[in-house]
Amino acid sequence: MYRYDEFDADFVRDRVARFRSQVDRRISGALTEDEFKPLRLQNGVYLQLHAYMLRVAVPYGTLNSAQMRQLAMIAERWDKGYGHFTTRQNIQFNWPTLKDIPDILDALADVGMHCIQTSGNCIRNITADHFAGAADDEIDDPRPTAELLRQWSTDHPEFAYLPRKFKIAITGSPNDRAVTKAHDIGLRMVRNDAGEPGYEVIVGGGLGRTPMVGKVIRDFLPKGHLLPYVEAILRVYNLLGRRDNKYKARIKILVHEAGLEDIRAQVEADFAHQMAAEGGPMVAPDADEVARIAGYFTPPAWDDLPEEDAGYMAARAADPVFRAWTDVNLAAHRRPGYAIATISLKPIGAAPGDASAEQMRVIADLAETYGHDEIRVSHEQNVVLPHVRKRDLPAVHRRLREAGLATANVGLISDIIACPGMDYCALATARSIPIAQDIAQHFSDPDYARTIGEMKIKISGCINACGHHHVAHIGILGLDRAGRENYQITLGGDHTETLAIGERAGPGFDADQVVPAIERLVDAYLALRDGPEETFLMALRRLGIAPFKVALYKDGEHDRAA
Amino acid sequence: MPLVTRAGFAPVEPVDFVAADAAAESDGEGVGVDLPNHADPQALVALFDRIALIRIAFPSSSDGRGFSLARRLRQLGYRGRLRAHGHVISDQFRHALACGFDEVEIDEDLAARQPEAHWRVSGQPQRTYGEKLGRRPVAPPSE
Repeated sequence: MYRYDEFDADFVRDRVARFRSQVDRRISGALTEDEFKPLRLQNGVYLQLHAYMLRVAVPYGTLNSAQMRQLAMIAERWDKGYGHFTTRQNIQFNWPTLKDIPDILDALADVGMHCIQTSGNCIRNITADHFAGAADDEIDDPRPTAELLRQWSTDHPEFAYLPRKFKIAITGSPNDRAVTKAHDIGLRMVRNDAGEPGYEVIVGGGLGRTPMVGKVIRDFLPKGHLLPYVEAILRVYNLLGRRDNKYKARIKILVHEAGLEDIRAQVEADFAHQMAAEGGPMVAPDADEVARIAGYFTPPAWDDLPEEDAGYMAARAADPVFRAWTDVNLAAHRRPGYAIATISLKPIGAAPGDASAEQMRVIADLAETYGHDEIRVSHEQNVVLPHVRKRDLPAVHRRLREAGLATANVGLISDIIACPGMDYCALATARSIPIAQDIAQHFSDPDYARTIGEMKIKISGCINACGHHHVAHIGILGLDRAGRENYQITLGGDHTETLAIGERAGPGFDADQVVPAIERLVDAYLALRDGPEETFLMALRRLGIAPFKVALYKDGEHDRAA
Repeated sequence: MPLVTRAGFAPVEPVDFVAADAAAESDGEGVGVDLPNHADPQALVALFDRIALIRIAFPSSSDGRGFSLARRLRQLGYRGRLRAHGHVISDQFRHALACGFDEVEIDEDLAARQPEAHWRVSGQPQRTYGEKLGRRPVAPPSE
């Protein structure tokens, strides 16, 4: 993985010093509150419902064990002993005090971490496939590109005061695990007819109040043209994006209102201008620098292993709990004898994405001992050990069980994405976490959950949709109806390469009616499906939303006030 | 009305600014043009030789359009003086310089809150990720 060199380390230290100075100047009155706010946000400090929240960048979700241990230390020393992994592959601390924040930033800098551009109207942390470099379906490793984009976007002089936040995601696999079509810019690594590597560039996707599926602005962009091209997109957006209404300020609205053709023409014109400039485009990393970055992502020293391991097979045969975990939480690795292990942060009854300091240390130890010192954070709020020998899996599982981290529910109905909701967030209109807990509890029988099969439930506590409910198979949106929490259900969303926005099923439900509503949907699915191979989403696509709506509202069991 | 340059604070010398359309009609040399940050710079290209100074408005420090407009003017080949005018804070000085501005014109109130020393710190040359990635200066500093 990428290791900070002297430049990166100096940059982060300098940034901490700069932020200390900005805090001092805010206190002295040299900076007004309006002037200070964007500076505070660009350093990851939010003012939440009860306290400040600090969002730490985990570039494209990649961590090593030393970094994870430092996060554990921070959680214990300056927070309440836990952290919250987010849908943008970052981690948030919900209870730091403002005066401790510069010290926390120093502690992060000690392990090459920071909070730069995790908030504010700027280019945010670059996200990527959490199985990068490990997945057996990968065409190209997205991490060198993600790192290049991280460096390019960090403190970019032109794009720190955009109309609104700007999110970029990249995948190197045709199976899109990075939700590229729901980002301001999505990049899919592809090859052209000549076999040369490049990108399909997608623009204007997003969730939030106005969900939009991203559109292809360029079918094939040669790899070396990436920075001038994204710079052209950002320039057009910075100049033309709406600033009169923050809810209409994302690039998706610009693309929608101006039309893809118009935006494409403007982007291509700016790009052509850059390419035609004397001496070439203004930002053009030399081949050595690109190679240097890529060098950090060479594969670890693999062992030559047979595909199957006798000890692993024996443990599977002997221990049904282990077998269930391997059936559900493992993904195919590109190397024989290896697996990708996902550690679920969705134990039944807990807040999705939370991990205690002790759990973080266990994950760090396992990564160090068994996982080539690599850890990933997934946008589904789980943690991944990307390279584990199959023969080590029984030992890994044993340690995870002791730490309460062995829940075998990845991709199943209790593997729920939920935003922090009204328990933490100042914007929320309803609680999210208790709803997730209720659903997980109700479907806690592992056999039942496996019978239901692949199911994505995602919960947002307000229309800003941080819980990604639009792209859930069953989406839940918490609203406030005259002082009462009310939950709308959407059906048929999809967060993969076949991205789809879910359709609203009808009137919402009271909090205590959400679980029965989900149960009616599940019962209807189990009754209607062609067989266990037909997932909920496949059945919904075959049958349409109608039979599920009937099941949902058959007894008039919803809040009529909605 | 102080003018901030790399050298520090200086008084603003009097310039008669005209709007872009008026600049097209004047036939004099050394024209100063006032541009709102939503202007289309393309219309000015034919006049570049006659323009001595372009001043881009910053209505608020959170509105970054002026940075891209400056960058685009430089991209189109403008080599004259380029000034940011209005609500630019000292922390943004280095961004303004990197986008092709030569100077910033601020009001007395802002200059009192953010004295010359703050701008000097911000304007100090430093290594940036952009340079590391081969980013060249937008334009040679004007005389």
